Amino acid sequence: MTTISPGSDEEAAAALKELQGATVRPSGNGSRAEWGGKDSDKAVTVHTGGLNRIVAHNPGDFTAIVQAGVPLADLQRHLAREGQWLALDPPDRGGTVGGLVATADSGPARHRYGGVRDLVIGITVVLSDGSVARSGGTVIKNVAGYDLGKLFAGSYGTLGLVTQVALRLHPLPAGTATLVASTADPAALSRAVLAMSRHPLEAMSLDVSWREDAGRLLVRFGGVTAAERAGHAAKLLQDVDTDVVLDDESIWAAQRAAQRGAAVVKVSALPTDLSAVIAAAGDATVISRAALGVSWLSFPPGDNLAERVEAARKALEPRKTAVLDGARLVDAPWPVADPGTLALMRRVKARFDPTGTFRPGTYVGGI
Amino acid sequence: MDGRELVERLRRVVGDRWLLLDEHDLRTYESDGLLQYQQVPRLAVLPGTADEVRECVAACAQADVPWVARGAGSGLSGGALPVKDGVLIVLSRLTRILEVDLDNGRVCVEPGVTNAAVSTAVAPDFFYPPDPSSQIVCTIGGNVAENSGGAHCFKYGFTTNYVTGLEVVLPDGELVTIGGKELDTPGYDLLGAFVGSEGTLGVATKIWLRVVPVPEATRTLVAFFDSTRQAGEAVSAIVQAGIVPGAIEMMDATTIKATEAMAHAGYPVGRGAALLVELDGAEAECDAQFTEVTRICADQGSDDVRVSRDEAERALFWKTRKAAFPAMGRISPNYFVQDGVVPRTTLPDVLVRIDELAAEYGLTVANVFHAGDGNLHPLVCFDAAVEGQAARAEELAGRILDVCLEAGGSITGEHGVGVDKRKHMAKMFAEDDLAAFQRLRCAFDPDGRANPGKVMPTPRLCGEVPGVYRQHPLEAAGLAERF
Ligand SMILES: Cc1cc2nc3c(=O)[nH]c(=O)nc-3n(C[C@H](O)[C@H](O)[C@H](O)COP(=O)(O)OP(=O)(O)OC[C@H]3O[C@@H](n4cnc5c(N)ncnc54)[C@H](O)[C@@H]3O)c2cc1C
Repeated sequence: MTTISPGSDEEAAAALKELQGATVRPSGNGSRAEWGGKDSDKAVTVHTGGLNRIVAHNPGDFTAIVQAGVPLADLQRHLAREGQWLALDPPDRGGTVGGLVATADSGPARHRYGGVRDLVIGITVVLSDGSVARSGGTVIKNVAGYDLGKLFAGSYGTLGLVTQVALRLHPLPAGTATLVASTADPAALSRAVLAMSRHPLEAMSLDVSWREDAGRLLVRFGGVTAAERAGHAAKLLQDVDTDVVLDDESIWAAQRAAQRGAAVVKVSALPTDLSAVIAAAGDATVISRAALGVSWLSFPPGDNLAERVEAARKALEPRKTAVLDGARLVDAPWPVADPGTLALMRRVKARFDPTGTFRPGTYVGGI
Repeated sequence: MDGRELVERLRRVVGDRWLLLDEHDLRTYESDGLLQYQQVPRLAVLPGTADEVRECVAACAQADVPWVARGAGSGLSGGALPVKDGVLIVLSRLTRILEVDLDNGRVCVEPGVTNAAVSTAVAPDFFYPPDPSSQIVCTIGGNVAENSGGAHCFKYGFTTNYVTGLEVVLPDGELVTIGGKELDTPGYDLLGAFVGSEGTLGVATKIWLRVVPVPEATRTLVAFFDSTRQAGEAVSAIVQAGIVPGAIEMMDATTIKATEAMAHAGYPVGRGAALLVELDGAEAECDAQFTEVTRICADQGSDDVRVSRDEAERALFWKTRKAAFPAMGRISPNYFVQDGVVPRTTLPDVLVRIDELAAEYGLTVANVFHAGDGNLHPLVCFDAAVEGQAARAEELAGRILDVCLEAGGSITGEHGVGVDKRKHMAKMFAEDDLAAFQRLRCAFDPDGRANPGKVMPTPRLCGEVPGVYRQHPLEAAGLAERF
């Protein structure tokens, strides 16, 4: 397998022109390498390790311009010096900004700040014909032209190579505190979630974890009055045990880590589906962005892993599920897409990558 | 299908009453909110259901006739300007709220529902944050097409951050669902591509929106400064302190004078700048931050900070701000509303540059803007009765956009490109960028029938997909279809 590592947009463009006829797989550090289906053995890997510059950080404007190969952790360290961060906190095993954009992965901060699509304000991509295209810009408000940043977010490297993004940043919170509510009753947990999500709490995160018949609702507050607000929110809950944790970093680190596993099924559902998601999970740990209705079932390793995964997916139908970690275990990591929508996605693929260069056959519907 | 057949088919779809053919009736629709462009369409239809919309679009496809969708026609870039010989599809009859599901924070509406009606439907506990000043009239379909913003967008985000799903009639007459009531449907984010596409990718016939709980507390103040530079520095200091106000709006001396004449809020005419800051959120946090904002305004040179004591006073502050566009009519016979964006930190310098340009052109430019996100609305005043002044004013408005671009900004923050800003697109985007935009457009509308002549600087054709689409071996074997 060949690997090339361009050091600039121009080099990436030249490489793609050279590679006409080949199959190409963009790659960051490979932390999510198996997500989204298996590539052809002949695929040429275009590695973004050489695109590793933080091009600009404008603290006053809360924006940064970053090349795709910059590891997220390096970027966060850089931004923290100015009291800022990119408000994306996926489980991180060394992943790059490009890999994060391509997979639209997210963590607990999604509740408050939105996902990749909401924080990318400009994007540069290299297409299979070697053209270098930009959309958006470097300002947080902008409606000129089509928003290709959103189209490429979550496209898993199947439309083109992302070489650079402009990002909206946020201030690091002045302090944090987490309300922890525990119960072994899924119905009580669901009621607690709805009680919280219907109140104007302005929480940073609102997550659930369910593991071996023990459920926890975690509501994180940021700001100078975080602890006071967590205590206040606790009073809105019934039928659950509550606690306010001030030194809460490890709670959230554990929550993020549990979102990866031997096999992970991501579920698109609604907040009111939480009990159903828990009931379908089997022996998996459930991590849920509860007010968003997005959940991850993280299965422990062991016998019959593929069967456990498929049983959960079947129980969750017609909700859409995708297998992330452990994708190789199943025949179809992606859910069946609506035929009309799929036809439109195929047309998008055919226009952006008419030669079928980027990761053919690996995406939703075999795109 | 020839022209007559198309008319008869559309008549069968919408009925006699909702098919407009008379020049007189059609004049109602010759412009959107940007009155300097006028074009009467060949005919207009007002379908009453999503299915009728689909049939109208399908008929246009068969007859190979271009069409334009129209909501309330409040757009400010000529986006809903009809095309000559084309069909205008007016969505104002599609005003049903289809579902309100507050447990899941969702509302599903038809495209002709007004922006304000969404918040009304979920009141008093919830609201829909993107709030264009035109919210009483503008439609959600128009908001989706323009990715509209409003005063509260710095904190809450834009239309695109609140649309979770759409039902869209594609230009070939197919109805597809993109996104849904749920988030993160696997596959390309076609939703993100559609929102802000200015009616060029299809007609949205059903829209799922996210709504959020009404904040516990709201605190509003207006601080007056000697100059916009001082006020601009106060904005930076507030944001730098880690405070994210619900809204932060600035008016310059000319705007203060004009709005005071209309709203009578007791604003000090003659002061250089007024800054309206609104904080909302949890009561305790709001109070703590409000004290800090008040202190920052004083530190940055404001000797006159007015805190709203009650809802009536808050409404007055907002009335004054929202009166900015109409009030300009009192100080100038005509004006152009410009819409540009700059990085917030460049605001003070950009404002100086705009003043210099105004002096060079011998015209008045009033400035009112969403200061948090650097979205300027310079109002270029002129008198159309004076020969050549309208043309000079238009040129000046264009020069202001050049200044925004030089500062690293954008030619439009919320009003869209439409017809009006096509000529500026090539200054912001290179040929490869525009070609990539066209790829998206061709995926949705290969025959170029949806709102042709908008957004792109020059008309382009799609052509066949170049090259041969190579199938993956798995796909060829029929296996990949199962993915
Ligand atoms: C006084 C005033 C104040 C304003 N303030 C603001 C503001 O604060 N913020 C802001 O962002 N804008 C503002 N605007 C601009 C305007 O109100 C917005 O752009 C609004 O979203 C347009 O909605 P509409 O229903 O009037 O759409 P129209 O003007 O009818 O159409 C706008 C575009 O949307 C397309 N379209 C309409 N419906 C659909 C549909 N269902 N599917 C696909 N495409 C469709 C049209 O083809 C057109 O391209 C203001 C306008 C006025 C007159």
